[in-house]
Amino acid sequence: MTPVQAMAGRAAEAGPQAPPIPPARPASVASVASVPTVAIVEGPIDVDALVRAVGDPGAGATVLFLGTVRETNEGRAVSGIDYQAYAAMAEREMRVIADEAASRFRTRALAVHHRVGHLAVGVPSVAIAAAHERRAPAFDAARYVIEQLKRRVPIWKREHYVDGTREWVDPTGGAVDRTPGELA
Amino acid sequence: MTLTVLLFASYADALGRRELDVQVGPGATVGDLVARIRAGGHDRLPPRPLVAVNQEYAAYDRVLATGDEVALIPPVAGG
Repeated sequence: MTPVQAMAGRAAEAGPQAPPIPPARPASVASVASVPTVAIVEGPIDVDALVRAVGDPGAGATVLFLGTVRETNEGRAVSGIDYQAYAAMAEREMRVIADEAASRFRTRALAVHHRVGHLAVGVPSVAIAAAHERRAPAFDAARYVIEQLKRRVPIWKREHYVDGTREWVDPTGGAVDRTPGELA
Repeated sequence: MTLTVLLFASYADALGRRELDVQVGPGATVGDLVARIRAGGHDRLPPRPLVAVNQEYAAYDRVLATGDEVALIPPVAGG
């Protein structure tokens, strides 16, 4: 017996007060998993699902931004990047940023997923989808989210270089919180 | 009170661990906690790392309470 038949069986036994059983949804729809609008994910980012998550008939523009692992950084050949996150805080902070963007740019919907783990060159590490009636604010909202994410969300990356070395990336160049020679 | 401090990325590497139990007195601030960690032999940490309390960035004069979730936040580099 399939799960749907099992449910139908239970509902029928519940008596005349049981609500009518909704028709089964077509398999093509039922098999599409919905995704949260904000998430730290450990597997590949489902870009199609992210775009669906901001689907809105009132939107005339949906901007999709993908951040991907680049093969060089500051002149060094990169073979891959380890991403680490303080997941609970990162999701909380991404939600705050998405809310800010929504009120600033009046987006109809916004979604942002960031991946953690070891990613090879070319693989998406972050995806942002922004939907709006018009294209200009959709672009602005996606831009706002990525810029703020890079500044505020507790996610870190350790670059692996082709020469076999690896290093945590510090966009502050050590200026913010480090005195010379403190951290190896 | 004893607070468990979460460590990430370069700070976790510098201290060789992902968590640290730190004993502080009542009324201790975030600044007191950082000073205590550094005085406890962890001077490989920078003098004023970013700190989060209960998953929000916190000022150094923030007073800590039992059960607070504290984390040291290395310079972030998402994207």
